[in-house]
Amino acid sequence: MKAPKMNVDRIKRYLAEGKRFDGRKPEEFRDLEISFGVSKKAEGSARVKLGDTEVIVGVKMAVGQPYDDSPNKGNLMVTAELLPLSSSRFELGPPKFPAIELGRLVDRGIREGRFIEFEKLCIKEGEKVWTIFVDVYAINDAGNLLDAAGIGAVAALKNAKIPKYDEKEEKIVYEESSGNPVPLTKEVPISITFHKIGDQIVVDPTREEEDAAEAKVTIGLSNGVISSMQKGNEEAIDTELFGKMLDAVEGIWDDLNKKVEKALKQ
Amino acid sequence: MTEKEKMREIVIPGETIVSGDDYLPGEGTEKQGKDIIAMKYGLAEEQSRLVKIIPLSGTYSPRRGNVIIGKVEELTFNGWVLDIDTPERAFLSLMEVPRYVNKDALEEVMDLGDMVVAKIWSINKRGIDLSIKSRGLGKIEEGMIIEVNPNKVPRIIGKEGSMISLIKDETGCNITVGQNGFIWIKGAKIEDELLAKKAILFIVERSFISGLTEEVNKWFGGQIKSATASVKDTEPKEDKK
Amino acid sequence: MVEFKRPDKRAVNDIRPMKAKVGIVPNADGSAMFSFGETIAIAAVYGPKELHPRNQRNPAKGTLRCTYNMNSFSVSDRIRPGPSRRSTEISKITGWSLEPVVMINNFANTVVDVHVQIIQADASTRCAGINAAAMALAHAGIPMRDLVSSISVGKLDKQLVVDVDKAEEDWEEGEGPTDIALTFSHNDEKLTHIQLDGIISAKQLKEAVELGKQASKRVYDLQKKALKSVGEEITG
Repeated sequence: MKAPKMNVDRIKRYLAEGKRFDGRKPEEFRDLEISFGVSKKAEGSARVKLGDTEVIVGVKMAVGQPYDDSPNKGNLMVTAELLPLSSSRFELGPPKFPAIELGRLVDRGIREGRFIEFEKLCIKEGEKVWTIFVDVYAINDAGNLLDAAGIGAVAALKNAKIPKYDEKEEKIVYEESSGNPVPLTKEVPISITFHKIGDQIVVDPTREEEDAAEAKVTIGLSNGVISSMQKGNEEAIDTELFGKMLDAVEGIWDDLNKKVEKALKQ
Repeated sequence: MTEKEKMREIVIPGETIVSGDDYLPGEGTEKQGKDIIAMKYGLAEEQSRLVKIIPLSGTYSPRRGNVIIGKVEELTFNGWVLDIDTPERAFLSLMEVPRYVNKDALEEVMDLGDMVVAKIWSINKRGIDLSIKSRGLGKIEEGMIIEVNPNKVPRIIGKEGSMISLIKDETGCNITVGQNGFIWIKGAKIEDELLAKKAILFIVERSFISGLTEEVNKWFGGQIKSATASVKDTEPKEDKK
Repeated sequence: MVEFKRPDKRAVNDIRPMKAKVGIVPNADGSAMFSFGETIAIAAVYGPKELHPRNQRNPAKGTLRCTYNMNSFSVSDRIRPGPSRRSTEISKITGWSLEPVVMINNFANTVVDVHVQIIQADASTRCAGINAAAMALAHAGIPMRDLVSSISVGKLDKQLVVDVDKAEEDWEEGEGPTDIALTFSHNDEKLTHIQLDGIISAKQLKEAVELGKQASKRVYDLQKKALKSVGEEITG
């Protein structure tokens, strides 16, 4: 059952005092846990837990033709599946908009964050390049799958090694690693999604808070600098509130980045 | 393991709980020969030779007389359809409202999305029939609704309502517990409502232990201590103990 | 007598190290994980709930709706996300293997959804999926007569082995590989599912079924332990 109106009223009243039901501040993220090696068959994989929200992300690589306008660059394709097992709200069938939105937002965060060094994924210019597939799976939706997926994608990529490519046979030997990690820049791109509830903003909403939100803005940052942004949902955001988001984003990024770096080291 | 020890133990479907001619199969069990076999996952319990399963999980099983909390999801020509989290259709007829309702103005009494406390007065092939004729029933105006596993409701209410009374006294909140796992909390301050919510979730997590009322009492004591401590946190660091 | 050499040095009747854990998806009514060695399956159950569309409702009994899917990165050659003929078939078979023990007459007009997802694949994925699904159904409080336990039995050339892994699925010597997936209900030891790929005589198949029946009991022990200690990872 979706959060009743009276709960939404309560959430707004509490936020007006700078408080949330679970004791967090509006700019605080839940506890973050990252683990690697979810699937040994993946070139890289990670599991991310943000509070009770859980996603698993896997990286697979294949060799194919480059795009005409980038003959010496590898490719990236991000897909997301909102598995019915993760929530009674998700149905079977082809991806609906929320899954497509999730995939595209994660893609944008990585691409605009210039995280992957695509030139280093070239095998033979104009003919053969590596394609990186990043596949995101929701395992439990307790709110904010978006940011959890973003962290998961980054973690899986950091964990990924390029498989051996047999040039003669023109075949990938998945069971063997080339020993080389996927070429990445040092700066980790992180997406932070702000949710507007009444005239307050929160980050890392619980399922209940996400239901109560009228609009959201996803900001992708790399090294503290904004590289991508997208607003979602129907309602409008006044510029003052938007200004508040921009004022808060660097501080929140700083805290979250420290959390992610700590979790990645383990 | 003795038979006594096997009681109050988690059993799985198909497991033999006890064996013996004088045991009787209660809810969630079946007798096959001399054996009482579990037909559901849960806690096996024996009382006066009657063996039954107390479910730990599973969706709500509606019963006549249950007080439940639901959300209006449809207005029909003669009443309201409520979502009470069961597959069966739950319907409140305008005849079951304690005052006259104009057929053309149903939404003035209760509109889509409104939360309602109601009683189940009949379960039949068509679905569940609700009534709000008794005291304490009707539309919920303000407060907080939380959702718990319906199997934990007996623990939250306690023996003769002792547990829920304890929570009401300690938090000063009005609390109505729906048998379907939905609970309405209304307090003077949001802090009070959140304290009541925390207490209920505390009970849900520890629903197996005996002496739970004692534990909850202790817990409330601890909560008040930490509440005064957090007030101290806003003062300069030197004062921190 | 020379002991038959399996690729991973197991004895012919050895099952790979198994793991089981109940209660892994907080949102679900019931959930569980089961693994045979490097094959990992998770299952989540939602229901009983209203079945839509209305015309699919059965007034005589409930509907058990199972889906089986593999993560794109559960195998070496990435699987494009989305259903395939294979996953559709295994979805149906998973349902059939569970139905004999689920008391679906108890929830007429409603549906119980069982979702199986393969996280990592090293053969016998449908067996791992069925084992996880059985635990998840019990955990969800669905009325059941019994649990079912699934295991694979293989024939490598002429030798019967228990719990087939990928290397054995691709066995090349002699008569090649034969892979038999079996599921048993525990108390009455009945077969709720059997599938076979390969070449085998009727006599040896009887032997294989008996081997599978004994091995399934070891699976059952793990499932039972996991259900009695929710949240703990049980190994066996």
